[in-house]
Amino acid sequence: MVDSRDQDTGSRSTDEAAVSARLRRLGERLDRIGSSRSKDAGAAPGPRADTSGFARGFRLSTEFVAGVLIGALVGWLIDRWLRTSPWGLIVFLLLGFGVGVKNVMRAAGLASNPAAGAERRED
Amino acid sequence: MTDPIHQFQIHKLFTIVKIGAAEIALTNSALYMIVAVTVICAFLIGSTRGRALVPGRLQSVSEMLYEFVADMIRGATGPEGMQFFPLVFSLFAFILVANTMGLIPYGFTVTSHIIITAALALLVFLTVIIAGFWKNGLHFLKVFVPSGIPIYILPLVSAIEVMSFLTRPLSHSVRLFANMLAGHITLKVFAGFITMLGAAGLLGWFGAAVPLALTIALTALELLVALLQAYVFAILTCIYLNDALHPGH
Repeated sequence: MVDSRDQDTGSRSTDEAAVSARLRRLGERLDRIGSSRSKDAGAAPGPRADTSGFARGFRLSTEFVAGVLIGALVGWLIDRWLRTSPWGLIVFLLLGFGVGVKNVMRAAGLASNPAAGAERRED
Repeated sequence: MTDPIHQFQIHKLFTIVKIGAAEIALTNSALYMIVAVTVICAFLIGSTRGRALVPGRLQSVSEMLYEFVADMIRGATGPEGMQFFPLVFSLFAFILVANTMGLIPYGFTVTSHIIITAALALLVFLTVIIAGFWKNGLHFLKVFVPSGIPIYILPLVSAIEVMSFLTRPLSHSVRLFANMLAGHITLKVFAGFITMLGAAGLLGWFGAAVPLALTIALTALELLVALLQAYVFAILTCIYLNDALHPGH
């Protein structure tokens, strides 16, 4: 009996520990997202940021188009090289769209930038 | 006279040397590049010659230029990025002077040709690859493996990262080239409207005031774009160089 109650409290306490650990991790992640958001939002109106909306829009569109074009180019080269036409072009064009979307999200600051790792380490 | 594309034509001024069928000639583009480099060197050497502790006007301009680029590099890559300062400063100064020289009437815009911007972007791209492998060895490949990704979608994500890396020289070069090309064509088209309307008599003179005002506004906008694009090119160079220095994330 004593054994079972011990076990019971033991399992409950590990459960609680797991839940609190998960909550803590979630909180840390939210903090990180919040801080990166606020950093981005704080950086945007600064004089050094690219203020012109035209330049920003142009940057995003070139990022997307470049992704699709590179996808098509890589697919076409693989087809020529391995004679797998048209599968390389199909697969890499679709991947290229994915790359374009990812580039745009990265340029807009919505996705984590691999280049931002150093800044985070410094913080 | 009002052909908006005519301003981008390259013509040779004189032939320097002829090797077989190929000839190496001095073109207007090459001349403007030489002028740009000469202007930069003359300005920097001339303005810092006094080496005054309390800088004069010109010396403080070149000191501000130095501080601006140095802050940009330190902000994007950390203090160890300063070893690439000569590269970033040269690119920034060259693009800045070439862009603004193109705004002078009858001038030629070197950066409105994709061959120039592509060469500059490929220079940055190859520098990132070589410096990345030189400093980190095979750890440089961590650029393509984001941390915290489940193993079963890692191949897909890595393929996307590799291709994303390959898109950099393309978007890097096209952005500068297309901005300069589009801006100068727009400017020329609106300037062409002035002469066309002006030839249409008295009413045309009043009508020409509208494109004249627009041309003045566009010139100011183009000046902004010229400065902004030089900055954008340099800051993207810093961001890419950051990958070479800190591939893990």
